[in-house]
Amino acid sequence: MSEEIREDIKLIEDHTSQEYKYGFVTDIEEDEFPKGLNEDIIRKISAKKNEPEWMTEWRLKAYRHWLTIKEPNWAKIHHEKIDYQNLRYYAAPKKKPELESLDQVDPELLATFEKLGIPLEEQKILSGVAVDAVFDSVSVATTFKSTLAEKGIIFCSISEAIREHSELVKKYMGSVVPQTDNYFAALNSAVFSDGSFVYIPKGVRCPMELSTYFRINAMDTGQFERTLIIAEDDSYVSYLEGCTAPMRDTNQLHAAIVELVAHENAEIKYSTVQNWFPGDKQGKGGIYNFVTKRGICKGNNSKISWTQVETGSSITWKYPSCILQGDNSVGEFYSVAVTNNYQQADTGTKMIHLGKNTKSTIISKGISAGRSNNSYRGLVKVGKNASNARNFSQCDSMLMGDQCGAHTFPYLEIDNSSATVEHEATTSKVGEDQIFYLNQRGISTEDAVNMIVNGFCKEVFNNLPMEFAVEAQKLLAISLEGSVG
Amino acid sequence: MNKENNIKDWYLENFNQFNKVVSDDIFKSLRKEASAKFENSDFPTKKDEEWKYTSISPILNHEFTPSPLFMGDKEVLPIIDKYLIKDLEVHLLVFVNGIFNKELSKIGEVENGIIIDNLYNLSKNNPEFISEHLSTKNDTNNSFNFLNNVFTYDGFVVYIPKNKVIEKPIHVLNIASNINKPLVQPRNIVIAEANTEANIITEYVGTEKSEYFTNILTDISVDENSHITFFKLQNESNAAYHIDKTEIIQKASSVFNHFSLSFGSRIARNDINTKLDGENIETHLYGLYLGNEEQHIDHHTFIDHAKPNCMSNELYKGILDDKAHGVFSGKILVNQIAQKTNAFQSNKSVLLSDEASIDAKPQLEIYADDVKCSHGATVGKLDEQAYFYIRSRGVSAESARSMLIRAFIDDVVSEIKIDQLKEKVSDTIFEHLHREKF
Repeated sequence: MSEEIREDIKLIEDHTSQEYKYGFVTDIEEDEFPKGLNEDIIRKISAKKNEPEWMTEWRLKAYRHWLTIKEPNWAKIHHEKIDYQNLRYYAAPKKKPELESLDQVDPELLATFEKLGIPLEEQKILSGVAVDAVFDSVSVATTFKSTLAEKGIIFCSISEAIREHSELVKKYMGSVVPQTDNYFAALNSAVFSDGSFVYIPKGVRCPMELSTYFRINAMDTGQFERTLIIAEDDSYVSYLEGCTAPMRDTNQLHAAIVELVAHENAEIKYSTVQNWFPGDKQGKGGIYNFVTKRGICKGNNSKISWTQVETGSSITWKYPSCILQGDNSVGEFYSVAVTNNYQQADTGTKMIHLGKNTKSTIISKGISAGRSNNSYRGLVKVGKNASNARNFSQCDSMLMGDQCGAHTFPYLEIDNSSATVEHEATTSKVGEDQIFYLNQRGISTEDAVNMIVNGFCKEVFNNLPMEFAVEAQKLLAISLEGSVG
Repeated sequence: MNKENNIKDWYLENFNQFNKVVSDDIFKSLRKEASAKFENSDFPTKKDEEWKYTSISPILNHEFTPSPLFMGDKEVLPIIDKYLIKDLEVHLLVFVNGIFNKELSKIGEVENGIIIDNLYNLSKNNPEFISEHLSTKNDTNNSFNFLNNVFTYDGFVVYIPKNKVIEKPIHVLNIASNINKPLVQPRNIVIAEANTEANIITEYVGTEKSEYFTNILTDISVDENSHITFFKLQNESNAAYHIDKTEIIQKASSVFNHFSLSFGSRIARNDINTKLDGENIETHLYGLYLGNEEQHIDHHTFIDHAKPNCMSNELYKGILDDKAHGVFSGKILVNQIAQKTNAFQSNKSVLLSDEASIDAKPQLEIYADDVKCSHGATVGKLDEQAYFYIRSRGVSAESARSMLIRAFIDDVVSEIKIDQLKEKVSDTIFEHLHREKF
């Protein structure tokens, strides 16, 4: 066993002793709205953010549509009915700091990041990652802005973008995920609190990985993020999103929207590590994560790549999709979804082939343990004019224990004879012979399982940026702790 | 929704007529109950997940007449020979528009206790047997299944008591004619008790271009250690509609093979539901669907692994030409106690024309951990390189394509272990695709 592996195992050991590392509540004064949702609340949210009139109307249009539709029930998830009138739709930290240097950031907040093991200073100095940290719906720290500004890159909160770059927002917001797209998208469009906005101008290769940390902190506040990334012709951007949330008892609703637009020859890489509170061992509490993520490859030769590691949330409902409109465009989806205890995940992707010679790859790895249910649900659609479309999908599931479930629901809709579409799925458990082999070499069963699971997910981890890959492996080990006897 | 109500009224009116014509029999209460259920149920629409890709509205546009209200034997007499399986000795049962035809049928000698008969006849001569074995459970039924129950009248029945073997295959030939747009609704029952063996070939055909609607319900029960092979050869007229639901229950250590060979009809929908209710069961579901013109062929299979140590294997292949549309939805459910399950599913389709399309939905739902399950689905065209290779050796374009088609379907066709039937199926395939046989 090489030094490296031993190091890895030690890391895993360090983390297996904890139940949920990131469960704590930061004490910051909050500016909150009363519970409930109506047109007044939406106007108030909009006013609070000094939004222009068109934005307020845009929100109201979404709200009015939301009232006419029903919550979807086709996913393989169960939860108590959500009382949308019992949620608070806005909460912002009261002390909004000036954002010139880190010294001005609320020390409480800095301490929070310290606990998370991702101090801003370190990020800033060592990793060269610009951080737009969303702390309960309002962006409180933005760094490296000037470096990015030199290149003409816009990286700011969506609220700021609505005020400062209103033409761009007006043009693109809702162009990929319309207000009327689905129940949670409509809800988000009506009440979205904040989020990130990225604009990469023509021919620019973003010099650093853009990254945002989300946290949900106010009691009973649903968080409605909205992210919009636009990559102009010949540009490139890699965006990281990672989340942790404090442990608490009541369920929290999260309905985010992410929209990506890639123009000619542009490439967007979007990576997520999601580790929100999954509920306790009895399945109590935990985040409801109902997310609509979609990217459009608008121009020829463009590429969108989604990579996700989903270990948290009590319920995950999430299908990052690619609309391959431009000729020769490429869509990719790499996913690891881990569920334990009473977690439920219904996740997958949609690849909509519209342009000629479009290609898509889907690699999905599901791991279920405890009493959880983990479903892959995906669609590959090849339109009439999408000649020579090519898709390869592989969805593997692994089961740990006989109380959990692993399901695969792929949909293939092919309307063009020149398409080549392949789908493969397998379900199995961690092989006894594999564990035996590792045991023989002096590796404990727990470590052996972690090694096997990491091997199972390798194809996906390889697509994560370095920092994330390390974090993802740790998360996996924590999530599966105690699931093998 | 008006259209739907009108057609419902039409069938219910026919039911009143039917009651006047048909004398009292043991199905009376079953029919009455079904008619109430039919009245209260809605036809499936594309909004139902299970019918997402199949629109049945063309079926609702026609007023079909339930078959016992008329007969149409004379029309089919001249063509019957065409459908017999050459050089194969069988027990032949012929149904014309869903009604058993004694003159055309030829049931050979069988061992004592074995029943090869039709439902109508048995309901008269052996009503106790029918009331004992006619399954009335209908919790998964939809409007079409209720409609079948409303007019329960005839169908074939095969009963094999313990430790018996039916040597010769049973050939059940259903012919529909063009008179009066018949609604043909066979209600078929197969009961294989422990340690039995049989081959059953069912075939559905119709006179050319005739419009009719075949709506089938088949129950098959396969007890311990039995070995049953069931073929369904569907070669209806291209203007006909075909809906079939087959329910299979298997007991421990049994082997069941099912072949669904779908070539004909304008819209065809097949539901094949298998429950593996015992240990060490082996199930094979094979399918072949060939569509051309504007055909729509839909297969839904469901395999329920209820007990441990079973094996299921599913292979469905399709070729779609012209504007044909294929649908395949296969679901494998592995229950929590069904450890050591092996379940494999594969669905492959070839599109021969730019206007042809396919929707596939292979699904796994697994609650046991010590299992090996997989599914695969591919869609593509015939291999260009192989085509080039064959052509470069001087083979005509037409023959080269036929060769490749032959190669593609071979792993299903070669599983047919009755040579004469295999020959017949191959003939039908190439005839249907309007290509020279290879």
